[in-house]
Amino acid sequence: MKKIRLKHYINYLILGGALALFVALDLLGALKRSDASLLTQIGYSIILAVSLNLVVGFLGELSLGHAGFMCVGAYVGGVLYNMLIPACGTVAALLIALPVGGVVAAFFGFLIGLPALRLKGDYLAIVTLAFGEIIRTVILNQDFFGGPMGLPSQRFGDRLYILAFALAIVTVFVSQNLRRSKHGRAIQAIRDNEIAARAMGVNVTYYKLVVFAIAAFFAGVAGVLYASSTSLVQSTNFSFNYSIEILVMVVLGGMGSITGSMISAALLTFITVKLTVGLPSELAAIEPLVYALILILAVMWNNAPFLRPLRVKLHDKIAALRDRILPHKEVDGSDAAATAAWDTIPTKIPMDALLSTDFTVDHSFDADRPEKEEK
Amino acid sequence: METLINGLSLGGIYALIALGYTMVYGIAKMLNFAHGDIIMAGAYAIFVVIGLQGNLLLSAAALLVAILLCVTLGILTERVAYRPLRGASPLAVLITAIGVSYLLQSIAQLVFKSEGLPVSTGAASLGSVPFLGTNLKVSSLLTLGLCIIIMTALTLFVDKTRIGRAMLAVSEDRAAASLMGINTNFIITLTFAIGSALAAFAALFYLMQIPVVTPVLGSLPGIKAFTAAVIGGIGSIPGAMLGGILLGVIECFCQSVPEISPYTTAIEFGLLIVILLVRPVGLLGKKRREKV
Repeated sequence: MKKIRLKHYINYLILGGALALFVALDLLGALKRSDASLLTQIGYSIILAVSLNLVVGFLGELSLGHAGFMCVGAYVGGVLYNMLIPACGTVAALLIALPVGGVVAAFFGFLIGLPALRLKGDYLAIVTLAFGEIIRTVILNQDFFGGPMGLPSQRFGDRLYILAFALAIVTVFVSQNLRRSKHGRAIQAIRDNEIAARAMGVNVTYYKLVVFAIAAFFAGVAGVLYASSTSLVQSTNFSFNYSIEILVMVVLGGMGSITGSMISAALLTFITVKLTVGLPSELAAIEPLVYALILILAVMWNNAPFLRPLRVKLHDKIAALRDRILPHKEVDGSDAAATAAWDTIPTKIPMDALLSTDFTVDHSFDADRPEKEEK
Repeated sequence: METLINGLSLGGIYALIALGYTMVYGIAKMLNFAHGDIIMAGAYAIFVVIGLQGNLLLSAAALLVAILLCVTLGILTERVAYRPLRGASPLAVLITAIGVSYLLQSIAQLVFKSEGLPVSTGAASLGSVPFLGTNLKVSSLLTLGLCIIIMTALTLFVDKTRIGRAMLAVSEDRAAASLMGINTNFIITLTFAIGSALAAFAALFYLMQIPVVTPVLGSLPGIKAFTAAVIGGIGSIPGAMLGGILLGVIECFCQSVPEISPYTTAIEFGLLIVILLVRPVGLLGKKRREKV
């Protein structure tokens, strides 16, 4: 019999548990309207963060145009949703609009994946940024989408959060299983060393396009959710700054960690909404300030070479603490096999370090400690 | 003709900003996203010094203050945010740079509020001169002339002086340069300082064209100038000039045609994507083979 392990299902447990809790509160009449709309926002933020994590965390490319895909979804899905409401009611209209918005956004994700085949790193980041802005500028000037005034939309109602959470679970399901699959390992191989992955027969072209398209699909779905949660879809909401906010969620949660993305998306959305509601307008700039500081500190903590000893120490401390609270179980064969089957790559092989002679290290010359030969 | 001169002077501004991007990229191998916001800081410095009753003399004094502030900010961000991450993955550095950009914007917003503040640089008092049947704004001509002088000076500095050649050496191969006795950390800091000083000039010229300061003033010109740097081939100084001027002229021509003016930004970014697809290293960039 297959052994059920908690950590394989923790993401579903968190989301499902939260959903059940809030539905129960709702049925008891204890859920305020403002809280329900906050929950919807949290739901689509989770979708956005988890899907961006596919590109940034798994594929290892920086995308600064995620809000652009959401924009496509919001407008295409929003138009369809509002057109279908008279014909088949809000629920059916939304259920049709969601996949359509997602697919159109995925098509744009595919388009943006094309330059990704020739570019990487900073160049690709700037192209995704440019792409997001192009999408926004073009949509802004189409009368079909309401032009600069925005697209009027009908609000779905307070129960939208149930759908948002359900879709967040779907997003997590897809990313988690994609990651565990053969394809997920190929994608992570591309991240760790593209040339080595290519040499091992990984179809880099195919996987890059697939990842961009899947991420864009979910961003589009989040866009449709947004369109049905508001009475006016405005393209200014999808500017570069929003892409950065999503990126902050991913970075804070830890690049590549689905659970981390989920939690930080929920937390940051909560803080943002509470700050914008609770603060006087003169102090509204505190919010981006907080975002910026979180972003810088999180990246520094995780990456700065001089903090490495501290990081290792803290990691050991936490491990020791965990061992004291939860006594270490003897790893029997089936358990190890289950873990291996789950993670499949038990240790991340530093492919770059093994294969490359071209990695960047601190080149400052130190006469007492001759460096290894480089290049 | 008028559009062309306006485009050239706007292009000159873009080229100045693009030089800041391209030099930092060439030498520190990082994309300094916060560069646009250094311009914004410079613009606020000019605003504080001259306020509404500005004339040209006061503008020149304000420029000095702005240069001082921008250089300080540039060196500070390099020291505090980027140097600790040297040797970390490029993605981490890029995200930090975005964070710094965000930070500067929100500080400006806290101090000066988000509404635009009008500035009078005295540029309007210069009037315009008739030339071949059109009226050319003197401020545009002045911007264009000064941009050409600055760019020539920079090219000479990099090509002819010892420090300039040291900068070239660092951008070519940091390890070898440090073995040759070049203080690479000093060169990188110096590059940030020069780039930031150029940003201060760009701030003044920008305010001569559009006399309003906002906290997000730097972000769009910054992104466009980066686009210009990439179009010209990042890391290449003549490339940044070419890209900047190309982009400025295109922008002014697009805006002079009413049917396509709403799409100006889209056209510029579209050009970026097309050029990168056809020539990923940019127009004047050198191809570098990827080693395994």
